[in-house]
Amino acid sequence: MTDFYQSQRAMRAMRKAAMQRGVVALLDIGTSKIACLVLRFDGSDPALEAEGVGPLAGQSKFRVIGAATTQSRGVRFGEIDEMKKTEGAIRTVVQAAQKMANTRVDHVIACFAGAGPRSYGLASEVEVLDAQVGEQDVARVLAGCDMPDIGMGREVLHAHPVNFALDHRSGLSDPRGHVGNRLAVDMHLLTVETSAVQNLIYCIRRSDLELAGVASSAYVSGLSSLVEDEQELGAACIDIGGGATGVSIFMKKHMIFADTVQMGGDSITHDIAVGLQIPLNMAERIKTFHGGVVATGMDDREMIELGGNSGDWEKDRRQISRAELIGIMRPRVEEILEEVRAILDAAGFDHLPSQQVVLTGGASQTPGLDGLAARILGQNVRLGRPLRVQGLPQAATGAGFSSVVGLALSAASPQDEVWDFEIPAERLQGRPFRRAIRWFRENW
Amino acid sequence: MRPLNGEPRLRREPVLQAGQRRVIFGRRGGQRYRAPSRLAFRLQRLWLTPVVRALTRIGAPIFAVTLGLGLWFGDEGRRADFVQWVDDVKLQIQNRPEFRVSELKVEGAGPEVEEAARMLLPIELPASSFAIDLTAYHDAIARLDAVQDAAVIVRSGTLEVKVTERQPVILWRTPNGIEMLDAGGHRVASLTRRDARPDLPLIAGEGADAAVPEALEILSAAEPLLPKMRGLIRMGERRWDIALADNRRILLPSKNPARAVEEVLSLDRSDDLLSRDFAVVDMRNQDRPTIRLTPNSLEQFQIVTGQIVPEKKTETTRASARSSDTKSNAKASP
Repeated sequence: MTDFYQSQRAMRAMRKAAMQRGVVALLDIGTSKIACLVLRFDGSDPALEAEGVGPLAGQSKFRVIGAATTQSRGVRFGEIDEMKKTEGAIRTVVQAAQKMANTRVDHVIACFAGAGPRSYGLASEVEVLDAQVGEQDVARVLAGCDMPDIGMGREVLHAHPVNFALDHRSGLSDPRGHVGNRLAVDMHLLTVETSAVQNLIYCIRRSDLELAGVASSAYVSGLSSLVEDEQELGAACIDIGGGATGVSIFMKKHMIFADTVQMGGDSITHDIAVGLQIPLNMAERIKTFHGGVVATGMDDREMIELGGNSGDWEKDRRQISRAELIGIMRPRVEEILEEVRAILDAAGFDHLPSQQVVLTGGASQTPGLDGLAARILGQNVRLGRPLRVQGLPQAATGAGFSSVVGLALSAASPQDEVWDFEIPAERLQGRPFRRAIRWFRENW
Repeated sequence: MRPLNGEPRLRREPVLQAGQRRVIFGRRGGQRYRAPSRLAFRLQRLWLTPVVRALTRIGAPIFAVTLGLGLWFGDEGRRADFVQWVDDVKLQIQNRPEFRVSELKVEGAGPEVEEAARMLLPIELPASSFAIDLTAYHDAIARLDAVQDAAVIVRSGTLEVKVTERQPVILWRTPNGIEMLDAGGHRVASLTRRDARPDLPLIAGEGADAAVPEALEILSAAEPLLPKMRGLIRMGERRWDIALADNRRILLPSKNPARAVEEVLSLDRSDDLLSRDFAVVDMRNQDRPTIRLTPNSLEQFQIVTGQIVPEKKTETTRASARSSDTKSNAKASP
């Protein structure tokens, strides 16, 4: 953990540098598309604040000045599979976004959906040294969490202190300065496979860019598509992407669980291609324009020309009814939603006070999906679109962009992660100079 | 029954809000995808770097132009040729008929001044207006004594000189001759004979020209005296004497001489002073006007007052104030 801890700290420092410079690129590496936004940070507008418009969760601080997407290549199930192709795609999209922004971007914050995220809930408890809780107490209680056995080749992607408790008072978001005896913390740890992160770093370095942060796609799409009270009262965000479906559960404005299903819109396309014996791009086209999950009588009469240029007239002239298409798509959609249901059950979603489910991601635009999801996931289902942010082009406001917009939000007002807190003094034994600096800072 | 093809059932164009740009993502159908090479990517990033952009768009052209000019002018012969060419073009332009001055017109000047102005023009007309140094010409004209003010202007081929001449108001007799002075005491011209300007009053004495305004003041106050007056004499560059006919003088104080003149006139009105036989009326002391009599009249006076026996001469250069007062009293009493 220490190694990754250091690299996360380094990334956080780099992100601060990027914010200082004022321009940062956000990269959502998905299975079907790679999206890139270029943000310009210029501080909150004092004129707006004078009129009583608040900082809008950090949104007023930035503006989208460049946006681009490209078809994703070399990505499978939300993980980088073919480095060269992905690197080329990243270059393409960054170049286009830079061109639109008319500025050079050096720092990139990236998110991806796959790499088998696993959630762990950790808890720790320490005695408070002084009467009041200080930085060191927080550091000690965070360090006191038992590191679970995350397995070989896995790394911590997020480590959020979700809840602080002091004696019998729980639900503190910031315990510093409180008076008490025993400080306890609940922490949410999200681990992913190391190789996926390393591949990502490699691809971004090859493009002459600096990685200033990594996030889980499930987490950031929850940030952008759940509204504030949903995040507060408990909600699940289902980001149905191309190759992977991310599930994240939010409670009290913190993510408390995240997982992915390794199925998504591409699986549906694949099913259509196999079932109708048509090329994948044709299948994608038919799915996008005619797809659905609830068949009606009208759909039997709507015929879809499959087309194709195989040279066989019989094959190229085939027609199917829309009902047939729905018949192919629906079982796969149901399967995805059943998997999501299983994950939610395993996470104990039933016990949350509010059980809102928000569907987002590109495949959530399938007509009739909310009705089908309501049957499987419970009654409180809605389709979510990303929050509107300043300067976002119309074309990037769809459900498929919720993770990249969420990345923008998390870059503007980041959640405290463990590595943002101080290192406990006991761990600094080998660094007398740093201890001296710390002692000075605390005493003057 | 409508057969469907792969086209969208409902084509939806995104509704653009005001001021929103339409961004088309991805590639239009069928275009072959090709990622930018690393070199192209790096070059684009380099081009988007502000310093590089500024250097290329401002620095490089400036550098190229400077380098080219530097190389061109590095050669001595080319530089000389260029200077020669510039001079030629300049001369051509200056010699165009639009800039030719062919006539000199002098306004407001007498014949002598006009002649002098023509003489002072350094070049021969017609000439280019660039060749005439108007400032120097103006200064040369303004330096003429007879000229108070001059304006020189080139207007549609004519060099116009407008001159305001000095007006002589007084004559100044000096050992070298007679000068005419204007109201400020500046020399206007010389005269050979006094008779040439009998209308102007005459002054004399060293430094008289510096006190011409005062002299004019005295003259205006002494208007009734003018027929009897020969002129004013500056004494010791300090005060004035009025010289009357028959070598008689009125000595004026250095301060407020006009008032002294008025006093003399009032004495004249009351006591008929000026028709009497005196040599000098001394007004230098304002409180005590003094009269010096001629020797003849002094003797008469002494006989009349019984100071001496007749046929016996006494030398008295100056009568005392008391005697003068007595005399005027004696005059007034009969």
